[in-house]
Amino acid sequence: MSEIGKGRKGIEVSIAMADAVAQADVDVIAAYPITPQTHIVEHLADIVANGELDAEFVPVESEHSAMSVCCGSAAVGARTFTSTSSQGLALMSEIFIIAAAMRLPMVMALANRSLSSPLSIWNDHTDVMMVRDAGWIHFFVENGQEAYDGIFNAFRMSEDPGVMLPVAVNLDGFIMTHMVEPVEYVDGELIKKYLPEFKMKNALHPDNPVSMGCFAMPEIYTEAQMSREVGIKDAYPTIVKAWDEWGALTGRHYKPIETYRTDDADYCIITMGSFGETAMEVADMLREEGEKVGVVKIRLWRPFPMEEFRKSVLGKKYLIVLDRAISFGSQGGPVAMELRSALYGQKDAPVVVNYVAGLAGRDVSRKDFRNIILEGKKKAVSGHTDGFTLYGLRG
Amino acid sequence: MAKPIDEITWQELGIGAVVTEIGNSVQYKTGSWRSERPVVKKEHCIKCGVCWLFCPDMSIVQTPEGHFTANLEFCKGCGICAKECPVGCITMQGEEA
Amino acid sequence: MREIRFHGRGGQGAVTSAELIAISAINKGGFAQAFPSFGPERRGAPVVAFCRVDDKKIHIRAKVYNPDVVVVLDPGLVDLLDPTEGMKEGDMLIINTKKTADQIKGLKNTSIKIATVDANKIAQEELGRVIVNTTMIGAFIKATGIISIDDITEPMMERFGAKLGERNMKALKRAYQEVTIKG
Repeated sequence: MSEIGKGRKGIEVSIAMADAVAQADVDVIAAYPITPQTHIVEHLADIVANGELDAEFVPVESEHSAMSVCCGSAAVGARTFTSTSSQGLALMSEIFIIAAAMRLPMVMALANRSLSSPLSIWNDHTDVMMVRDAGWIHFFVENGQEAYDGIFNAFRMSEDPGVMLPVAVNLDGFIMTHMVEPVEYVDGELIKKYLPEFKMKNALHPDNPVSMGCFAMPEIYTEAQMSREVGIKDAYPTIVKAWDEWGALTGRHYKPIETYRTDDADYCIITMGSFGETAMEVADMLREEGEKVGVVKIRLWRPFPMEEFRKSVLGKKYLIVLDRAISFGSQGGPVAMELRSALYGQKDAPVVVNYVAGLAGRDVSRKDFRNIILEGKKKAVSGHTDGFTLYGLRG
Repeated sequence: MAKPIDEITWQELGIGAVVTEIGNSVQYKTGSWRSERPVVKKEHCIKCGVCWLFCPDMSIVQTPEGHFTANLEFCKGCGICAKECPVGCITMQGEEA
Repeated sequence: MREIRFHGRGGQGAVTSAELIAISAINKGGFAQAFPSFGPERRGAPVVAFCRVDDKKIHIRAKVYNPDVVVVLDPGLVDLLDPTEGMKEGDMLIINTKKTADQIKGLKNTSIKIATVDANKIAQEELGRVIVNTTMIGAFIKATGIISIDDITEPMMERFGAKLGERNMKALKRAYQEVTIKG
């Protein structure tokens, strides 16, 4: 176990995340550097090279190879970590999907960034939405503390014998990865208590030969898909338990859906990722002005927490859903599509208005949030709820 | 293949559809795929084992006398053994009598 | 909450200034953020870095639009851009310059306070090179009081090591003494 001290630090979020990976005592790290993920894996490479962590750091020649190494190491039951962004995720997508299908536990820090073209290195959610249906567990963090904690939570979820799925910790590129802010570290004793040793059933071993990733005829593929579907849905209670136990140990509580000032709210803004923090600040400002607005934050994206989401919004008049990606040729943003389908046919379902903002790092200020909330409310009242609005678009 | 694949339920598949029965491919009899079978002229066989080496399905077996012959439960009749035999003692014969 | 914007050029260490101030504030129990104006790093090109300091948790994930304090690391930038953008009356502009506040012409906002210090000269004499990011923190501390010299000492030593840290602290303390504040 690495000797990374506990306590509160002012630190870059990427470094804190890398420290968490080291504290989690990973066995194998395979990654290829890509902006804005770079600082995470550079720091891990340092930690391993300095002898502070007994792990294999595999400096692969591409993301496709990174994910292939991760699949191999997870298959033998090694605790496995990787990290990527954008084009890197696109390049590894072939094996990324296989990792979930073969139920190989591993953790990825996914520093969310836009996809080319035009070439952009900045943040939005188009990369993660590209792999929305791959079968990974996805959750989002909105500050440095959550990013650090999320690494431990993710390993705990991923390696649970009843889950056995890869987990992506999504954090907004630059906005999170390049931010220096306070992070409270935990100590090794707490981690030992929280994160048991990874013991994989059916790990590849000469003494216990098994075949993984076999060929399937049409007669059996359907059953294999059902097994995956049930697998990720059944992971839900374990995910919640992993957060609950973390809360009991650290006092930092996380939930699949989180709400802020929603109890008496007439309407809500819905966010995922670092948008949530600014949204709370702006909700406070608007409350001062008499707007009965609340914030609903989606932390767990897959498996989607359908019941909790419905519980949090049914009975509200309207929802303003803020997406950070477009699903081209559809109703708009992937989050809004998800929520619309979750609400369809429900009694007391709120009206959904969809905004897409913050593409490729375009800043979304408090003023922008205020505009989106108030304009969105107007659209909802006047019944202009079809499709989506690209906020701040010229022309 | 304790069960034919079209009878296995999703619950029976297990996590990741990992196959835990070792060497279960012996249960998969592929001999019915064959339209020609290799026939060995034992008197010409020099027991070199080249056919055994080249057979892609590992269906060539050595007899107690040291000759080589095909296990017809698995031999798919590809003809590689006949092609590779250095003394030409293997010929392919049609399955139809 | 106090919001700070740094103007510098790529390679001058504007981000390091922001980080050191944030870490100093966090280490004494406060809350802070430091972050660059995200993007590719290009040596010499004008860059911006941001810092927020508060005594409670900070919830904003956006750039600083209305800084209470602006620090300009490179005298040439005053003519290239408007360092006073978003500032209101009484806010503090701190410039590395040989000039006095009255000699600085062309500022769009004149209702602000201006602090000037010849950080190039101090850095050249104390560090042997014109890297002024740590020197300017001295002027910042004197002009704003957001952190103290005591607060910055440990983060500085940790960042630069004992030998280089000492020299940077010496430059910082000189700027603290030599800065002139008008308004």
